[in-house]
Amino acid sequence: MAAIEMRNIVKEYGDGFKAVNDVSLDIADGEFMILVGPSGCGKSTLLRMIVGLEDITAGDMVIGGDRVNDKAPRDRNLSMVFQNYALYPHLTVFENIAFPLRLQKSISEEEVRRRVQAAADMLELNEHLDRKPANLSGGQRQRVAMGRAIVREVNAFLFDEPLSNLDAKLRGQMRTEISRMQRRLGTTTVYVTHDQTEAMTLGDRVAVLRRGFLQQVASPRELYEQPVNMFVAGFIGSPPMNFLPALVSGGRLRLPFLEIDVPEKAAGKVTDGQLLIAGLRPDHFDDARLLDPARRERGATFRARVDVTEWLGDAQYAYLPFDAGDEVTKQLADLAAELDSEALRTQLVVKIDAMSRMRENHEGEFWADTRRMHLFDPRTGENLTRDEAAAAELAQLEQERLQERTG
Amino acid sequence: MGTSRRTQVFWIAGAILIIAYAIVPVLWIVSLSFKEGDDITNNAFLPTVWSWENYRTVFASDLFTTALRNSVGMALIATTISVVLATLAAYAVSRLNFPGKRLVLGVALAITVFPVIAIATPLFNLWRTLGLYDTWLGLIIPYLSYSLPLSVYVLAAFFREIPWEMEQAAQVDGATSWQAFRRVIVPLAAPGVFTAAILTFFAVWNDFVFGITLTSSEAARPVPAALAFFQGASQFSQPTAPIAAAAVVVTIPVVILVLLFQRKIVAGLTNGAVKG
Repeated sequence: MAAIEMRNIVKEYGDGFKAVNDVSLDIADGEFMILVGPSGCGKSTLLRMIVGLEDITAGDMVIGGDRVNDKAPRDRNLSMVFQNYALYPHLTVFENIAFPLRLQKSISEEEVRRRVQAAADMLELNEHLDRKPANLSGGQRQRVAMGRAIVREVNAFLFDEPLSNLDAKLRGQMRTEISRMQRRLGTTTVYVTHDQTEAMTLGDRVAVLRRGFLQQVASPRELYEQPVNMFVAGFIGSPPMNFLPALVSGGRLRLPFLEIDVPEKAAGKVTDGQLLIAGLRPDHFDDARLLDPARRERGATFRARVDVTEWLGDAQYAYLPFDAGDEVTKQLADLAAELDSEALRTQLVVKIDAMSRMRENHEGEFWADTRRMHLFDPRTGENLTRDEAAAAELAQLEQERLQERTG
Repeated sequence: MGTSRRTQVFWIAGAILIIAYAIVPVLWIVSLSFKEGDDITNNAFLPTVWSWENYRTVFASDLFTTALRNSVGMALIATTISVVLATLAAYAVSRLNFPGKRLVLGVALAITVFPVIAIATPLFNLWRTLGLYDTWLGLIIPYLSYSLPLSVYVLAAFFREIPWEMEQAAQVDGATSWQAFRRVIVPLAAPGVFTAAILTFFAVWNDFVFGITLTSSEAARPVPAALAFFQGASQFSQPTAPIAAAAVVVTIPVVILVLLFQRKIVAGLTNGAVKG
C-alpha cells in the first residue's frame, strides 16, 4: 500500500494535443479516489500514466515515495481492472487469477493455491475456478478480473470504468462489492468512471477533470454543495443543476419566475446590470402547497406552468419552460454540449414530492430554496457564492473519516 | 426456413460434382498403386488383383527412402525456422510502429508472387560457387525465403485481432514483454501459428522446382524430384504404378497433418477475452 503523488503531470501527444495538462493530485495511502469527467477529459489517460501504459511527457509520478516515471508497468507493483476485463481466454479462471503470482518465481505452488483460493472465496468464484472466461457471464468475468487484481499485495488498485459493460442491476451490486472489498483490504484505489452514482457513492474524494485540466478535488458532498465553478456544478448531480439567467439590478437579482436580493456572499463581486448565471439544483425546489410553513419562509415561492411531469415513485420531476434571451440561450447550449448532455431547451427541472398532484399544462405554485443557490460568472464560470468555510469544514470531515478508516 | 426442395437438391448435386472432380484423380492414383505388373493396361478403374507389390518396390529402392528422409527432414526444419521467425516478425509488424513498416509488408507480399523458376538458375550458379549445391541447407534457404513472407502475412493478421489490453494486462500483472508475448500472445495466436506451419509444410513438401534444380544426388533430393528418377521393376517397363504408390505414400503425412490440426485451426479462440 502506498500514497500516490502526481506533480504537474502533462501528457502531450505527437500532434501537440495535450490530453492531460498540469495535473497535481495527492492520493493518500488507503484512499479511494475517483477520476471523473466527460469523455475526452483525460481521466483514462491519467490512470494509464499511473500504471505506466502511457508515457509521461512532463511532471513527476511518485508512488510510495519513489519516482516511477521511467519504470515499466511490471516494476510499479500496481494492479488494474480494465474496462473490457482483458481476461486471458486460454486460461481457466484459476489460472487467470494465479497469473500474476506465477510470474513471481519465488512463490510456491502451495502459496499460489492458497492465495487464489482466498481471492475466489472473497469474490464467490469457487464453483467457476475450472471454467474458461468464454463460459462466464459478464458479472462473473468482472469478478475474475477483480480477483486477478487483488491476488497480489500491490501498492494500489486501478479501475478503468470497470462496471460500464454490466447491466444496471448488476452494476449496483458490483458497486457495493467493490466498495466493500476496498474497505476490507484498505488498499489505495484510483477509479475512473463517467457514472454519477459511482463517483458519488464510491469515492472518499472525487477529482473532476475537463479537457485535461483538473477542476476540483473534493469529497462528493463538497462537490455537490460547494462547487468551484459552473462546470463542476453542472457535471455533478443527476438530473443536473438548473442554470438560469440572473440580471443584477439595484441590489436585486432578476431570474425567470423569481426576483430576490443579491446573496451576501456575492455582494461586492457583482456590478449593477451584470448578467450572471444562477444555479439551482432540482432538489432545491418543492411543491409550495405540500411544504411545511417553517421551511417556506426560508425560500421564495413562484407560480409557473408545468410542461411535463415524470413520476418515479419515490420522487417526481416537473419541467417548467421559460424564455431567455438569445445570448443566454446560446451560453446554456454551449455549456450543455460540453457536459455531454443535450438539455438545449430552456427549462427548469424541479423535484417535487411524489405525493404532489400537480398536473401537466396547469399552473402550480413552487417553492425555491434560494439560500442554496449559487451564482456563476458567465465568462469565467467561477462560482461567486462558494462558501469557503463550509467547504473547509466538509474537507475536514472527510479527512477525519479517512483517518478513522485507515487508522 | 423455407429453403425449397429444389435449391436443396441443387446444392447437393453441386457439392457431389465438386467433390467428385477433386477426388477422382486421387482415387485413380490409389487404384493404380495397387495394380500388379501389366495390370495397369487393364482398361478398368479397379485393379484385377489387389497387390502390395508396388509399395514393396518403392520401399526397397534407396532412391525413394533417402528422398523421403530428405523431404521429412527439410520440411520439418524449414517449417520450424519459418514459424518461429515469422511469429516474431509478425508480432513486430502488428504491434510496433517503425518507419518503413508498410514497405516491409509490401515487399513480403511481392516476394510471395515472385515466380520460383526465375531464381532457380541464378541460385544454381550461386550455390555451386558457395558450395551449397546439393545440400539440405541449399534447399532450406530458398524454401524459407518463399514461406516466411506468407507466414508473416498470415500471422500478422492474427496478431492484429488480439486486443491490446491482453498484453497490457499481462504487463501490469508483472510480465516482461517477452513473458507477455510467450504466455499470452502466442497461445492466443495458436490457430494462426498452426495455419502458418501447415501452409509452410505443404509448400516445402510439394516443392519440385528447387528440388530438381539444386540437387544432383541423393544427398538432398526431395521426394517430388526423386519420383522423376524412378525406374520400373525392369528397365523395359514404365514405372507408372510404383510412382503412383510413392505418390500415395507422400500424400499420407499431409492428410494426417490436416486431420490432426483441423480442430486447432478454428477461429474464435479469443472469445471471452473481452466482453463480446
